[in-house]
Amino acid sequence: MASISTRRAELRAEAANWNPGQIWQPPTQAQRWYDVSFRRLCFAFAVFTIFLIAWLVLEIAFRAVPAFREYGLNFIYSTTWDPNKARYGILPEIWGTLYTSLLALIIGSLFGVAAAVFLSEGYLGEIVFKGLRVFNLQFHPIWGKLPERLELLLKNLIELLAAVPSVVYGLWGLFVVIPMIRPYCNWLHEQFGWFPLFSTTLSGPGVLPAVFVLSIMILPTITAISRDALVAVPPKLRMAAYGLGATRWETILGVLLPTASRGIFGGIVLGFGRALGETMALAMLVGNANRLTVSLFSPANTLAALLANSFPEANAREIPVLMYAALVLLAITLIVNIFGALVLERAAAKAEAK
Amino acid sequence: MSVKNFISMVSIFVFSLSLTACGSKEESVKLQGAGASFPAPLYLKWFKSYNASKPNVQVDYQSVGSGSGVKSFIDRTVDFAASDAAMKPDEIAKVNTGVVLLPMTAGAIVLAHSLKDIPNLKLSRDAYIGIFMGKITKWNDPAIASVNPDVKLPDAPINVVVRADSSGTTNVFTRHLSAVSKEFEQSVGINNMPNWPVGTRSKGNEGITASLMTTPGSIGYIEYGYAQSQKLPIATLQNKAGNYVPATTASAAAALASGQMPADLIAWISDPDGKDAYPIVTYTWMLFYKKYDNQAKAKALRDLINYGLTDGQKESEALGYVPLPAEVVTKVKAAAETIS
Repeated sequence: MASISTRRAELRAEAANWNPGQIWQPPTQAQRWYDVSFRRLCFAFAVFTIFLIAWLVLEIAFRAVPAFREYGLNFIYSTTWDPNKARYGILPEIWGTLYTSLLALIIGSLFGVAAAVFLSEGYLGEIVFKGLRVFNLQFHPIWGKLPERLELLLKNLIELLAAVPSVVYGLWGLFVVIPMIRPYCNWLHEQFGWFPLFSTTLSGPGVLPAVFVLSIMILPTITAISRDALVAVPPKLRMAAYGLGATRWETILGVLLPTASRGIFGGIVLGFGRALGETMALAMLVGNANRLTVSLFSPANTLAALLANSFPEANAREIPVLMYAALVLLAITLIVNIFGALVLERAAAKAEAK
Repeated sequence: MSVKNFISMVSIFVFSLSLTACGSKEESVKLQGAGASFPAPLYLKWFKSYNASKPNVQVDYQSVGSGSGVKSFIDRTVDFAASDAAMKPDEIAKVNTGVVLLPMTAGAIVLAHSLKDIPNLKLSRDAYIGIFMGKITKWNDPAIASVNPDVKLPDAPINVVVRADSSGTTNVFTRHLSAVSKEFEQSVGINNMPNWPVGTRSKGNEGITASLMTTPGSIGYIEYGYAQSQKLPIATLQNKAGNYVPATTASAAAALASGQMPADLIAWISDPDGKDAYPIVTYTWMLFYKKYDNQAKAKALRDLINYGLTDGQKESEALGYVPLPAEVVTKVKAAAETIS
């Protein structure tokens, strides 16, 4: 502290002795004040964000205490939710949350990363130029920009998916997706009913429609972030791979995707976070039935849907129980994010070691 | 006309305008209400037409659900509330100025289904209890087929749809099923959100309606108005007397008439006796404080109740609600006078 105050005194003295002929100028009092206050403001915002999260968690935890005392850990691994007999367990919801999110993540990342590769590796350009060659139009300065423009347009269109309200996704799932996939699902059940995944019929809402819609909802996040990561891969890597005689397929799988893996993985973790917390569309599509099931066609439930359905009319007895369930959901999200960060770090370390 | 004249005229006009504004401001009353979603369409219609005849009274009603309505009523954030489940004695005890519970309208809960080609499906008491307990799983089950000899029932699974959210409708429906079947009472019981042994769950009356419209072979319980407006086929149910009664305003009114209205105006008609009575009906209540600090509010509320009980009852049938029996209206009117 002493050194800072002496430095301040020095600066003040320099400012006092400042000669208008000099080309440099020490910061004035106002400038310094502006600087310091800006720094403090940023700090305050950062602290405020952390404080907000801590407050949220504490508030929920505090309200969950009565339920925690009454049900303990039994709450997490029992399977009945019966307000009449005051028996509460959320294992089916925990399972449903993880099951739907993981399946959606698999589908969503497959399509999302594929779309990102398509939009960043010049495939579109190839198609456009092939089309243009037919008309001998290839080398016009306006057409030359076309693939880039199209890529941008498609990217924005995919990102637009993120702007669709989730209740619209829910309605779409209810009125379009379910009637569309029902015959195929029931055919699968008839033919392969012995297989646990197809062990029930799909009547209406269920796991599979929820997974489909959820994977579309997380697609824009994954695509946008993966594409940015792929675009950021230095062009010399690509050229080097081609120079060494790698095919395009080998270049993408062996060089580009591993180099961009950090960013892609980050996108996937973000998508998973969104899938875990998605409420409205799932409450409409998952069937909300308290069942522990691996069947893709059976109704199930998720934590977020349970909370959304039960909170509006919850009485004083149920609120602590629901708070406890919210706390479990928070914990799951936290664990997923920490796990994601760890894997990311290891992947990055591995890539550097190479 | 000179400019001076014009200005003085304008100023007189503005002055008189401000005077009238002051005059109406003294009487203008704003009433806040919240609660049940089941009667909300009817209440909103009442409040709108009441406001048209009395522009100085403005009523704002939030359809947030019975539970939240009762909660806001106890917290005194509203002037009145509405609830499908009336109020429990311990809830009433929390309001130190006393409460007045008034049944304002009634409704029937119907079993709507998606078998479009069987519009006159009959269900015996055993059949619909069995369906909602998960014992009857096929549409051509003998329990259903035996009372529907003339129709060809599909050899398809029954997809039961129940409410996912906590709801007064579910409360009334489980109350009826519990009154009919001891077994149901012991295994599922009366609740706003019981642990149903079967079915997929949808949120709200509109959610169930949507599921019924999109899922083949489905059946679910919704309010009569919803089934009527979406033209869903409604099952004819067997009542306590053993007769098969279709859901109509007349049969629901017969059910209401068969019950006695007690002094506290909280009547549960869980299983009406009447020969022509539709089995699943319920009153729905508005909740008022016995004493209001603001006399203008109390007066406006009394007037509003009076409107609902007279002209308001005529609007109920078109929206799928059941008008209150005349005897009940008299009792409710007398009780409304105690609000001050």
